[in-house]
Amino acid sequence: FSRAVRPLGPYDTDEKVTPYQQATTYNNFYEFGTDKSDPARLAASLKTRPWTVRIDGEVRKPMTVDIDTLQSWFPLEDRVYRMRCVEGWSMVMPWLGFPLAGLIRRLEPTGKAKYVQFTALLDPKQFPGQRQPVLKWPYVEGLRLDEALHPLAFMAVGLDGRVLPGQNGAPLRLVVPWKYGFKNIKSVVRITLTEKQPQTTWALAAPQEYGFYANVNPAVPHPRWSQATERRIGELGRRKTLPFNGYAEQVAGLYRGMDLRRSF
Amino acid sequence: MLILDALSGALGANPIQRATLQTGLLTLVLLILSLACTPLRLLTGWTWPARIRKTLGLLAFGYAALHFLIYLFDHGFDLTLMTEDVLKRPFITAGFTALLLLVPLALTSTPGAVTRLGFQRWTRLHQLSYVAVSLGALHYYWGVKQDHTPPLIYAAVIATLFLIRLLKRRPARQAGSRPAKP
Repeated sequence: FSRAVRPLGPYDTDEKVTPYQQATTYNNFYEFGTDKSDPARLAASLKTRPWTVRIDGEVRKPMTVDIDTLQSWFPLEDRVYRMRCVEGWSMVMPWLGFPLAGLIRRLEPTGKAKYVQFTALLDPKQFPGQRQPVLKWPYVEGLRLDEALHPLAFMAVGLDGRVLPGQNGAPLRLVVPWKYGFKNIKSVVRITLTEKQPQTTWALAAPQEYGFYANVNPAVPHPRWSQATERRIGELGRRKTLPFNGYAEQVAGLYRGMDLRRSF
Repeated sequence: MLILDALSGALGANPIQRATLQTGLLTLVLLILSLACTPLRLLTGWTWPARIRKTLGLLAFGYAALHFLIYLFDHGFDLTLMTEDVLKRPFITAGFTALLLLVPLALTSTPGAVTRLGFQRWTRLHQLSYVAVSLGALHYYWGVKQDHTPPLIYAAVIATLFLIRLLKRRPARQAGSRPAKP
């Protein structure tokens, strides 16, 4: 509702938003199962309150904070972002949340902090997919500190003006729209500032296929399929995939001097 | 059924991808069923499986062709892109080779073809289906992102069927054949 009347912000796309029904029934969330329909079917079992987030590592004030308290630190903003899955499909998602940079600054990283590591909930009772060793649980993702401080990096707690559904990563998930979807870790319970590059889940599972950076890049194919095109959910044809998922103007500078074919 | 699913929205948010997966799986299932006919006859002595074998094989080819057509549609019938995929991506190479191997089998599925080729040559030609089904399973294995359990189940079924053929045929052949050289 609020999304329709509010003017577009500097980071919003004006592309057609993916229907809520599709955005909440076609999900990759292996904690619930590997089928796209598993998350929506099983997410009711995820208890998102009470929920705490542990904050530790290279920060001045390590703490465990309740999700509602954490959320109350920041005014909630809408962000309409493109989301590009590494499998070759994409959506346009109207997130609700707060910039990650604000959170990181509030945690006061020490001089040693170079990376941010995110850890998702480990609970095979609520996450039936974790009873299978499809991936190394819990799911871990990470960003370089400068990536995490970029104004596009976002923590979502809602979708389309509503509380985030379980299948979309409730109650707290990362959104980095210039990277492949698997970087956007869901149901976060721990944020750790680290000196060393985190060992991230998909990069551990198949290092030749999924790198730490995972920037959307049409020029670097996945070893088993091309990344040159994508299907926008709701459309039949394919469209060209844009470098950094169309956010090159904002984020390309973060990677100046890097060989993105090697650091994929 | 696929068309009905597509019209009713049952194919979900990404119908093309879903249709690709479903036709691929159906191809593999039908190929496996057609290759299960002989082992089933060897084990049970029933003759009816042999009678539906051809239908199953042709259906498998039909679904393989449909699977390929959906892939082509998905890539805007861009043959350059397809050639690139076939040459560069082992997963596509395996699937495409399997489809090519099925073409002569479908073409020679008539009783006339058996007579023309002679039974022995026809049989040998149709042993290509063993290669095709194995490549199909490999194509599936390489195609999935991470959860390899389903393709491994298919591979295990295929391996079991091959094993039954081997175990059931060898003794019979040894008993019936004379040594090649005295």
